[in-house]
Amino acid sequence: MSVLVLIEHDNQNIKASSLNTITAAKKIDKSVHAIVLGENCSKVGEQISKCEGIEEVFIADNSIFKNHVAENISPVIFELSNKYSHILAPSSTFGKNIMPRVAALLDVAQISDIISIESNDTFVRPIYAGNANLKLQSTDSKKIITVRTTNFEATKISGGNGKITKIEKKDDPGLSKFVKNELNKSDRPELTSAGIIISGGRGMESGKNFSLLEEIADKLKAAVGASRAAVDAGFVPNDYQVGQTGKVVAPELYIAVGISGAIQHLAGMKDSKIIVAINKDEEAPIFQVADYGIVGDLFKILPELSKELDKIKS
Amino acid sequence: MKILVPIKRVVDYNVKIKVKSDNSGVDLENVKMSMNPFDEIAVEEAVRLKEKKICNEITAISIGSAKSEETLRTALAVGADKGILVETEENVQPLEVAKILKEIINKNSPDLVLMGKQAIDDDSNQTGQMLSALLGWPQGTFASKLEINEKKINVTREIDGGLETLNMELPAIVTTDLRLNEPRYASLPNIMKAKQKPIEKISPGDLNIEIKQRLKTLKVTEPPKKESGIKIDSVQELVSKLHDEEKVI
Repeated sequence: MSVLVLIEHDNQNIKASSLNTITAAKKIDKSVHAIVLGENCSKVGEQISKCEGIEEVFIADNSIFKNHVAENISPVIFELSNKYSHILAPSSTFGKNIMPRVAALLDVAQISDIISIESNDTFVRPIYAGNANLKLQSTDSKKIITVRTTNFEATKISGGNGKITKIEKKDDPGLSKFVKNELNKSDRPELTSAGIIISGGRGMESGKNFSLLEEIADKLKAAVGASRAAVDAGFVPNDYQVGQTGKVVAPELYIAVGISGAIQHLAGMKDSKIIVAINKDEEAPIFQVADYGIVGDLFKILPELSKELDKIKS
Repeated sequence: MKILVPIKRVVDYNVKIKVKSDNSGVDLENVKMSMNPFDEIAVEEAVRLKEKKICNEITAISIGSAKSEETLRTALAVGADKGILVETEENVQPLEVAKILKEIINKNSPDLVLMGKQAIDDDSNQTGQMLSALLGWPQGTFASKLEINEKKINVTREIDGGLETLNMELPAIVTTDLRLNEPRYASLPNIMKAKQKPIEKISPGDLNIEIKQRLKTLKVTEPPKKESGIKIDSVQELVSKLHDEEKVI
């Protein structure tokens, strides 16, 4: 049987997480289908149909899907499910919100946040904030899965020619109504798709001091993140948070500034390719995962770093 | 309004866990156990709603071994009125937890279920959403703010990239995120008083729920350790390493 992927998008563009999820799906079966639910989202569906290996794309275009309300989306996936052995979504707040509902409707377990696919029924997922990896076997007839997207490459949007099928209008279950969203506007890349991230911790001492990180981020085209301690102290909003309780990231370069390296933070960034730590405490656990460490006062080091970056750019 | 708060006893978040040498699981012998931190936030929110006179009864429920009674006593000490312990020695996975909760809800008819978005042991983040689907109730997951107005509730949610607000009718399921509130500590007099509060004990069998191990544990391993890196003395050297050797900037 084929594998179905639930596509995350903003009605205009595909979110990168969907492309990683398609790669995971292809590791399970050659035959991969996708579903796009949204409003005026046909452009997204067309792009997905061009992804290599996608055989069919379902597009459900309706105002009730515009804001991805879980109660509206889950019955549509449930109705399509009998053709599929596996249904996958990214393990983002989008996928986490919807997929357990689909699993419950199907009376099967969900397998959350997989980092590896061993066979059609055997997967590996992190538990205890990434301090242990669980290899598990699903005994259910259908597998409902969310994918830790940083562990799978992105599929390219080219080389494919999937069939597009429209799904007819559905009734509004009317359970939850969208009121508003307040998305952070930033010209910097999103944390989960950024190639470089610079994060600050409690050592930054204030929210104002994050401007030191922003200056460097702009020079590196990097995203700015934070530890839970910095969020709890009110320096920055929660969506900056990298860690078990925030976002899981794996950029090419992760620069941790004034972050001690609590277990819960390491769980969110330890798969980064190169990790740099800047901290005044040489005993800080962050140095155990860092490829390069500088022990010293971040308020001296950051301006110096900014100057050095200008030199290599010029 | 009646609020039901499901809570789970888990390894304390400060404990560095160890994988058993036979790779069958995580060693829980002689390890400090506590209430799941997200559930503490759910209990706190329920208690605040009671203090505002929006809620008049809080029931805490836990599913697990006899020792989960201690965790229920903690919730009672913070301000829950009564407890239900669904006692089992088996590992209960999210779908069966949701089914047990559904049976309890059908008997107790709460107006609101407040629960943690995930437990910090298996990190599944499923039970609230599953319960909502099984009941056909609305769900407000990853909540950072609640506004209750008569029979309706506005839930502000933490989503990737910012916040989203949903409006739903009660009864509803809300799962809590970190910024919803800061849980209080129970005072000593309240801990003493909590010992007198009622805890009803039942078994999954009493609710006709069969515990299935849908996901079988094959092996638990420690994640591969990273080789330790090097300390660098100057920023100049760091930049040259990143630029010339690693080619990441």
